[in-house]
Amino acid sequence: MSPPLIELRGIEKTYRTEAVEVRAVRGVDLRIARGEFVAVMGSSGSGKSTLMNILGCLDRPTGGEYFLDGEAVSQMKKRDLSILRNAKIGFVFQSFNLLARTSAIDNVELPMFYSQPLVARAQRRQRALEALKKVGLSDRSGHHPSQLSGGQQQRIAIARALVNSPELVLADEPTGNLDTRTSAEIMGLFQALNEAGITIIMVTHELDIAAYSKRVIVMRDGRILSDQVNETPRHADVEIARIDREEREAKLG
Amino acid sequence: MGAFSTIGVFCARSLLTAWISMRALRRNAMRSTLTALGIIIGVASVVTMVAVGNGAQARIEGQVAALGQNMLMIFAGSRRAGGVHGGLGSARTMTVSDALAIEREVDHVVAVSPEVSTVAQVAANGRNWSTSVAGESQDYLKIRDWKLSSGMMFSEREVRSAARVAVVGSKTANELFGPLDPLGQSLRIRNIPFVIIGVLSSKGAGMGGQNQDDRVVIPFTTAMKRLTGEKFIRSINIQIESSAYMESAQQEIGNLLRQRHGIPTGREDDFNVFNQKEIADTVGSISRVITLLLGAISGISLVVGGIGIMNIMLVSVTERTREIGIRIAVGAQPGDIRLQFLIEAVTLSLFGGALGVLFGVGAAHLVGMFVEFVPVVSPGSIVLAFSVSFGIGVFFGFYPARKAAALDPIVALRYE
Repeated sequence: MSPPLIELRGIEKTYRTEAVEVRAVRGVDLRIARGEFVAVMGSSGSGKSTLMNILGCLDRPTGGEYFLDGEAVSQMKKRDLSILRNAKIGFVFQSFNLLARTSAIDNVELPMFYSQPLVARAQRRQRALEALKKVGLSDRSGHHPSQLSGGQQQRIAIARALVNSPELVLADEPTGNLDTRTSAEIMGLFQALNEAGITIIMVTHELDIAAYSKRVIVMRDGRILSDQVNETPRHADVEIARIDREEREAKLG
Repeated sequence: MGAFSTIGVFCARSLLTAWISMRALRRNAMRSTLTALGIIIGVASVVTMVAVGNGAQARIEGQVAALGQNMLMIFAGSRRAGGVHGGLGSARTMTVSDALAIEREVDHVVAVSPEVSTVAQVAANGRNWSTSVAGESQDYLKIRDWKLSSGMMFSEREVRSAARVAVVGSKTANELFGPLDPLGQSLRIRNIPFVIIGVLSSKGAGMGGQNQDDRVVIPFTTAMKRLTGEKFIRSINIQIESSAYMESAQQEIGNLLRQRHGIPTGREDDFNVFNQKEIADTVGSISRVITLLLGAISGISLVVGGIGIMNIMLVSVTERTREIGIRIAVGAQPGDIRLQFLIEAVTLSLFGGALGVLFGVGAAHLVGMFVEFVPVVSPGSIVLAFSVSFGIGVFFGFYPARKAAALDPIVALRYE
């Protein structure tokens, strides 16, 4: 059996301010294999965001060990973490975090500017276009974020996350700013990507959204409270059809 | 990976970063231009001021040089009559024999011209004109490094015989004769007839602003005998062999005159010696100080421009906190972010520097249209202003760039 994509051993994160000491994550052991689709749930203050930051190599744990794709990253330097993020991790945020006044395709190209080895200009264009095609927005490549709907902006962000062919996509409340139907569409996109072999870890506080994943982890007070396999993930197609039907009925009624 | 390819990758990566910086500046074209304006004005004023200073310096030095070559001027002291002091050269102490003694006894003296001078009404060609009449020796023009535009200078024999011959300045000639040739014409000075044998070339305004071309030069013997009726002379113009002997000659002349006039040591001299080299040195150092001062004052505006760049870059870092967070999240290294902001600052200052040089050169030409001298744009000031503006970009861009690179991506991504 190949080693897990992610292995956490006794991960701790303690924030120290002058007076108080906040133990946001208090000893988490976790293994996530390649190809999983995991939802991390929990109320605010449960430590799920801190855990995500550590998983995304944006933050370093104060204790424990983290192996990503077999590499020990807990003690890596900032610079090496940047290289790792660029090559292996794609980020999707609740507030999209696209560069304003920058076209969709330029936004998607962004990670390739920081890649090693360097990506030639023509190749950057081509890969960005391919990523846009995967999210179904190749006809919007010249649009600026302000000209796009929330769902479209999130798709651009997903295309950006995919452009460097990452092992792992980390999504932080990806549907937090979207309506039900658009949320279902984004989840459909995630499921399709997951089918294609990409590992997805998603933080959410909505049970409806977590229902699309194959594994649900619940956190509380910096520890994992439960870790269960979701035997019957919700299917986005079915969900969208249901929403459409309800909307039609509502109008008829 | 070899060192060579590492450098290659670094360069290519820097180029990409530079491209990102350019796009950021273009996106805020208005703000970028206004930010660069501080540097534009700073560099332009440095270039202009130094050009004006250099031009003025060249002009003043030219005027000092126009006094003559390696010249010493000895003026009789001021006349004291009943507590009233007359002007320099008014004392009746210096004589022609003093001048002859200097010529005879002092080493390295090449030429001597005793000078008497008066203002007189001159008439010729049916016109008359009030001008200064100088009595000089045959060597006067050589001492003053002055050329004739036509005719010739009077000779030693004409000086000895107190001949009534005159050399006229170009302005005087023009006033009296207009376009006509004055050579060989008769000229009456205080009704005494002279023959014009030469016309001086134009020399322009002198040190005091008086027109040196408005004058008539006649032998000093003639002037003393027929015009002033004086036994005493106003001053002696002396040319020394080379600038190396100026000081020793000045010393010897002083000793000689004190001895001849019977002045004991410790008593005040009844004459004053002007050393042309000293005047030139003094004037030169004064005008250099002025140029430096002008440059320094405009240098301050360059620094102010640099602070403007720092200010805008700091605002820009704050405003783009989220962008920085996104870039770091997708894999930008702290060095990439630092370089991006540094390049933005340096580009602003270099752009400002280039435009500033253009405006500065233009402004210098404009100033040249309104003043009497020609401003000299020195390549040195351009190079200096340009490299200083580059330095300012690096210096004032470094802090904001470091601040940007040190941002925590987690905090930056949540920044509103």
